This record gives sequence, C-alpha cells and structure tokens, in this order.
Amino acid sequence: MPRTATVERSGPAAEAVRRALRGKRADLGGLAFQAALLLALLLALAVLVTLIADILGTALSVFAERGTTFLTDNLSSLPERAGVGQGIVGSLWLMGFVAVLSFPLGIAAAIYLEEYATDNRFTRFLSASIRNLAGIPSIVYGLLGLAIFVQLFSGLTGGRSLMSGGLTMAILVLPIVIITAAEAIRAVPLAIREAGFGVGATRWEVVRSHVLPYAAPGVLTGTILALARALGEAAPLLLIGGAPTFFSAGSRGFLETLQGEYTALPAIIFTWSRKSLRAFGESTAAAIVVLLAVLLLINATAILLRNRYERKW
Amino acid sequence: MTERANVGEPARVTAHIDVRHSERSGRAVIFDIRDLSVLYGDFRAVRDVSLPIRENEITALIGPSGCGKTTVIRCLNRMNDLIDGARVEGTILYHGVDLYDARVDPVEVRRRVGMVFQKPNPFPKSIYDNVAFGPKIAGFKGDMDGLVEESLHKAALWDEVKDKLKESGMALSGGQQQRLCIARAIATRPDVILMDEPCSSLDPIATLRIEELMQQLVADYTIVIVTHNMQQAARVSDRTAFFTVDVKQDAQRTGTLVEYDKTEVIFTNPTEKRTEDYVTGRFG
Amino acid sequence: MAAIGIAELQGNARRRRRESRIRRVFLAAAATAIVINVAILLSLFDGVVDFFRELVEGPGLGVLWNDTGWFPRRNLFDVKTVFVGTVMISLIAMLVATPLGLGAAMYLSEYAGRRPRRILKPILEILAGIPSVVMAYFVISFISPDVVQRLFASATFYNMLGAGIGVGILISPIVASVAEDAMHAVPNTLREASFGLGARRKATTLRTVFPAAVSGIVAALILGVSRAIGETLVVTLAAGATGGSAFTLDPLGPGQTMTAALASLATGSDQVKGGSAAFPSLFFLGALLFLFTLVLNLASDRFVRRVRRKY
Repeated sequence: MPRTATVERSGPAAEAVRRALRGKRADLGGLAFQAALLLALLLALAVLVTLIADILGTALSVFAERGTTFLTDNLSSLPERAGVGQGIVGSLWLMGFVAVLSFPLGIAAAIYLEEYATDNRFTRFLSASIRNLAGIPSIVYGLLGLAIFVQLFSGLTGGRSLMSGGLTMAILVLPIVIITAAEAIRAVPLAIREAGFGVGATRWEVVRSHVLPYAAPGVLTGTILALARALGEAAPLLLIGGAPTFFSAGSRGFLETLQGEYTALPAIIFTWSRKSLRAFGESTAAAIVVLLAVLLLINATAILLRNRYERKW
Repeated sequence: MTERANVGEPARVTAHIDVRHSERSGRAVIFDIRDLSVLYGDFRAVRDVSLPIRENEITALIGPSGCGKTTVIRCLNRMNDLIDGARVEGTILYHGVDLYDARVDPVEVRRRVGMVFQKPNPFPKSIYDNVAFGPKIAGFKGDMDGLVEESLHKAALWDEVKDKLKESGMALSGGQQQRLCIARAIATRPDVILMDEPCSSLDPIATLRIEELMQQLVADYTIVIVTHNMQQAARVSDRTAFFTVDVKQDAQRTGTLVEYDKTEVIFTNPTEKRTEDYVTGRFG
Repeated sequence: MAAIGIAELQGNARRRRRESRIRRVFLAAAATAIVINVAILLSLFDGVVDFFRELVEGPGLGVLWNDTGWFPRRNLFDVKTVFVGTVMISLIAMLVATPLGLGAAMYLSEYAGRRPRRILKPILEILAGIPSVVMAYFVISFISPDVVQRLFASATFYNMLGAGIGVGILISPIVASVAEDAMHAVPNTLREASFGLGARRKATTLRTVFPAAVSGIVAALILGVSRAIGETLVVTLAAGATGGSAFTLDPLGPGQTMTAALASLATGSDQVKGGSAAFPSLFFLGALLFLFTLVLNLASDRFVRRVRRKY
C-alpha cells in the first residue's frame, strides 16, 4: 500500500511557515544598497550636466556678442579679438594625418594579427607590444615626438611643426585603431571563413571578399572613435609646439604650413585656461563648447554609421 | 536480387540496397587513406585509419561523438591545415598523388574537393554571388550566368530561386540554404563532395530532399558523408565506415576505424561486435 | 576520369606569390608596433643618459634627493616631490573613482533593467569621451572655487584635492566599464544558485558576483590607477605649481605630479634649451612614467587573463 504524506493544515508549524511566506519584511539593507548604487550613477550624470550647463552658460555671452567670428578669428592676446579659427584648422590637419597614416597601418596590422599570425612567441610579443602602447600615457608620446620628429628629423619636419604634431598624433592613435579593428575582425563568424576556404579561396581572398566587408561597420566605428579621441588630446602637443600664444598664419604654402607653427583646439583651451580667468574665462568656455560640439558630431556620426550598416543581410 | 530486411526484429536497422551501385565493385579508388593519424598538438584525435574511397559512391562515416569522423573528412580537403598545431601522419593518396606533398597547393585541392558544412553557411551576399564566388577566384572566364544556372539546377534549387538571384542567400530557408551551399560547392567543378553532417540542422522534409539530391549527384561526383544518423547512412550510402573512441591508458580519447564495408554488410551482418552493438542501438 | 598528377594539384604560382607578398605587407604593418616601442625606449633612454651626464658633470646627483623640491630651472630635481605629488593625486582620484566606478558597474550589471541600461550606458560612454582639458577647466572654474574652497577654508585656489577629484571623475568610466564587463561575464547560473538559496539581490551581488568577478574588478582598479598616473592636463592646470614645487603633503595646497612637471617645463615661458639638465629632465620624468605604467599595465593584464581563463 503506497505511503502518502499528510499535509498539516493547522498547528504551530504550519502557522510559522505561513507567516514567513506571506509577511514581507521590507529589505531595508537591500533597498539602501540599490539606492546608493543608483546615486553613484546619478552623481556621474549630475557632474556631466553641471559641467555642460556651467560651460554653456559662460560661453553664451561670447557667441552672443561675436557669433561666428569667434570661429574664424586668430589667436590674440586680447580676449575680445581671440578666436579658435587656427585651432580648428590645426585640428583638421592633425585629423588628416591620423586618418591617412594610422587608419591603413592600423587596419593592416589588425588583419595580420587576426588572420595571418599563428600562435608563437613572436605573435605573443607583438600583441604585448600593442597592448603596452595602448597603455602609455599620452605625454610620453609627446616625448617620442620631441626626440624623433622635432630634433632628429628637424630638417624634414621643421622642428616644432604641424608635421611633427601630426606624425606624433598618428602614432598615439595607432594602437587604438589596431585594437578596435582587431575586435571587429574577430567578431566575424568562423562559418563564413570556412565557407570561403571550402570553395578554394586563398587567405587574402577570404579576407578581402568576406571578412572585411562583414567587419567594415565595426572597423569604421572604431576608427571614427579613435579620431574623436585624437581630437581631444592636447598633452603630447604641448611638447611639440602646439600651444603657442599666437602666431600669424598669413597665406602659407602647403609645405610651409606643414613645417610651420600650428595649434589645435584642445591646445588653445589649455593656453587660455592658464591666463587670467577673468579675462579669458568666457573665451575658454566658448572654445570648449566648440570642441564638445565637434566631438558630439563625430560620435553621432559613428553611431549613425554603425546603425545604418549593421547586418542588413 | 534484393536483400530483404529481417522484419521480425524491431531493434535492427533495415537496409534497402540499390543493387545498381554495389554491383560494380571494381571502381577506381579516389582517396587511398593509409595509416592516417591526426594530432592537434599533443592530442591524437584519430589513429591508424586506412580506407579506400571509391569513385561515384556514397561513403558514410558513422560512429559516436568525438570518434574522429569529422577530423578524417577534413583531411580530405586539407581543411585541418587551418587549425593551428594540427599535424597529419600517414598518407592520403588522391588520384594516386600524395595529398600532403609539399608541392601540392591546398587551395587547388579545395577547388577539386568541395565541402558542405553542418550548419548551412551561405555568404552574406546574393544567391548569384554565392555560387559565382568559387569559380571567379579560380579564374573562370567563361559564361558565369550559365555556370550559376547549371550549378543551381544540379542542386535542385534553380526553380525556387531563378527569379530572385540577386536576393540575399541568407533569406532562404534552412533546407534551401544548404542546397545553395551544395550548388556553391558544385560550381567549382569538383570531383568529390564532402558533407559533414549536412542534414543535422534541418527538418525531416528538407533532410529527405537532400538525401534524394545526394543519390542524384553521386552519378557525377564522389560523395563522402559524415552522419550521426545511422538510418540516414543505411538509406543513402554504398559503403559505411564505423568509427569509435578508444580510451587508452593515458586517458586520451583517440578515434579509430573499427570496420569498413558495404553498407548492407555493416547493417545486417557486421564482422566486429562493436559494430553490431552500435548499429543495433545497444550503445551510442 | 582524367588522370591527375602532382602538376594538376600545384595550383597557380602567381596567386601563391601574391599571397606571400600580401602576407609580408601585413606583417610589416604589425611590426611597426614593435618599432614604435623600441623608438620610445631609445628616446627615453637617450634622454635619461643625457640627464644623468648633465647632473654628474654639474650640480651632482645629490640634487635628486634634496629638501627643497623640484625646481628644474634651479637644478633642483627632488624626485620624491613629484613622486609624492603623483601618489597623492592618484590616491584622491581612486577615492573618487572606486565608489563611483564600481557602484555604477554594479548597478548596470546587476540591477538595471533594459530601459535604464539603454540610457545609462551611453551616458557612461559620453563621460568617458570628455577630453581631459575640458575637465581641467571644470576643476578651476567650478570644483576648486565652489566645492573645495567652500568646504575647506584653508584651501588655495590651486590645490591637489580639486585636481584629484577631477582626475577621479575622468577615470570613473573606464573603471566602471572594465568592472562591468567582469561582472557581466559571471555566468547566470551562479546568480541563480544564490537566488535559489533564498539570497536577495544585495547579498547575491556582494557575496556571489563580486568575488567571482574580483580578478576583473582588480584589473579595472589597476587600470584606473595607471590612467590617473598618466593624466597630464588636469593636474597641470589645476594643481598649480607651474615653475616648480616644494615638497608637500598638503592636498589643500598646490603640488606637482610627474606629468605636470613635464608639461610645465615643456611649456615654460623661457625656451627650454639643451645644455643644462632641465631639458633632459623631461625624459627622466618620461622614463619614470613609462616604467610605472608598464608595471601597472602588466599587472592589470595578468588579472584580466585570469578572468578570461575562468569562463
């Protein structure tokens, strides 16, 4: 005869269980913890908002008074005449150097790492080198630029010139490009590669026809974000003459521009920050607004492109 | 003369043999595999495999998981070359030529020995481009449209896609995608088609269509198929090779070939007890 | 079947040659990373040798440990001054970044649903993208006068506390991001096991997820310290002490880190000339920075690898 368990419907034991299941003691500790965490996040948000509000507020008067001439005026020791024009031009040049030099080099390096390299000591050394470069403080890149481009190759570059700054920035950004491109390439499914090899394609044919097109959105996003990172960097430029108080651009030829003085948006912000806040405070805030606007534009473009080219197939 | 199944034993697999194929036993050997061992680093995945694969036959490799069937089949088109640390011992002769000779270009091998994978993997491109890719990189300069159509016909897919060649290959159903992969493999004009569990991710109806297709294709191609599905092996193949795992003293699980014979023999009257245990479902 | 010999299986020689050519090009591209490393090491080494040579021939090595401070133009190169400055800024920064970063990471990984996550993660990414020069301005225009000086009456306008807070805010997103990745990687089965035993979310987070992700969290913190050490612009502009700085342990006053000393020297009003020990001192500082961040990054790497291996 099978044994059946009897269910107690009453009695002290059942009562205790019932109470425990039903009674919801407020988990104060847990709630407080959750609130604290949320507070941490909101604090970060608050910082961001305060920062932007503060800067926008200060900068407003500059744009109200001078409008777009602020964007085109040259540097000057007089705050009412100083503008970021040369900084915008300089930053564009520097971005150009980065795009032309580090994008192809970085993507090629990433292709080697992900598609051609086998697991041996050399490859591990290579990966370690790249990770090391990514962690070096940016000002040390400035020292590299100083020693090699400004001093060693001064004949070619013209010393503390735009070219030296551009080359230095390209080197600074290179490890970031390599790492993000490698990540995008790694994300391509193995099945697609196998399919390519299966019909008798060589490694390069598989990469060119299948891997790269598939990874392109990710690579594109990564390189654009690297560009944004380069735009905001001023530390290395400080050692390579990127923070003059003023210089006359006049009309310079191509080579003269490359070998001549220059500046960049973040460098201008640095220089002006050092001056009296009373005099240059508003101009500095305005310059920051310009920088942040450009950064926002670049980031938005990256996100837009990523969403647009996300797997359509 | 047809073999009749032993109807009274429900546990046994019934095998219907198409006499047309097995009569001609004097077929040319396309792959002569001799004492093949494959190592991944220190791990010996498969040991001392010797089996001849004959022209215009469907040879099935069956056995439990991890017994090296996929490893063996991937040696036949040198796909294992792509795995870091993979090493091959023994010999594989393809049309009498040592497949692993230093002068042999694996890229050329893969053009001649096509492969269809377990999960259909069409390129994220149009149907047309999927089929055309292989011939294009092999340098085909002739009528590509005609070649694509011919390949899709042979894969029994043409009628379903002839109006949408420019559409994405990935928009097709699972079974259609696999037939697209077969068309893609055929397009490079191989003489062998390797199939690594081609139906394991498909529904039964799609599976049946592919099995029918195989039996049509075998007139023009040599087919080697790895399958987990014993009934499938019994249905379509001419010869069957049964693999199993050998656990040695060092606890390495190495695959070995137990028995290789005509399919009807393997499933009705195998020589080895291990084979009989497997095909009657006593293990595996 | 047509007969086949070795010749038929040899493939296209031109295609093969093209393949090896392409491979070599990509290898060369990757090798530039090694070349750059070597170049950095050489230029730093060269400068350091110059520096010590200038010292030995001039004021003597004693200036590296003097009681006055770091005043490069007066040939006073007290290493402990700038070292302590760096340590102080990093400490203050980590005091800010650890709760902020780990807290955000914990919330995003364990508590946030899909919708709050979709808003909060991009905000964290935006915060990560703030250029340090902008944060520097924020410190001198807001944090220093309106926060630090209001709280501490004795604080000067240029003080290390404000700068440290700024650096801390700057590095929080990185700490949060790496820590969140580590926590997210903890398999759900562990959480389910904890919940199944009757634990609530706080207990699960702190007692199950946190210890499981500890390698990644440590990596995140080490990474944060590494970034804090390398931060230049905030400390240069906000911690003050441009010409040089006396040894100080007071966070409410000005101070100088290794990076700030570098930047100040390089952008000083008088052109830094070779010949004295001031110019090569740049490379000396750079070498110190390189070494410290190298050690920290290697350590962080080791912890990250431990996380990856587990899962």
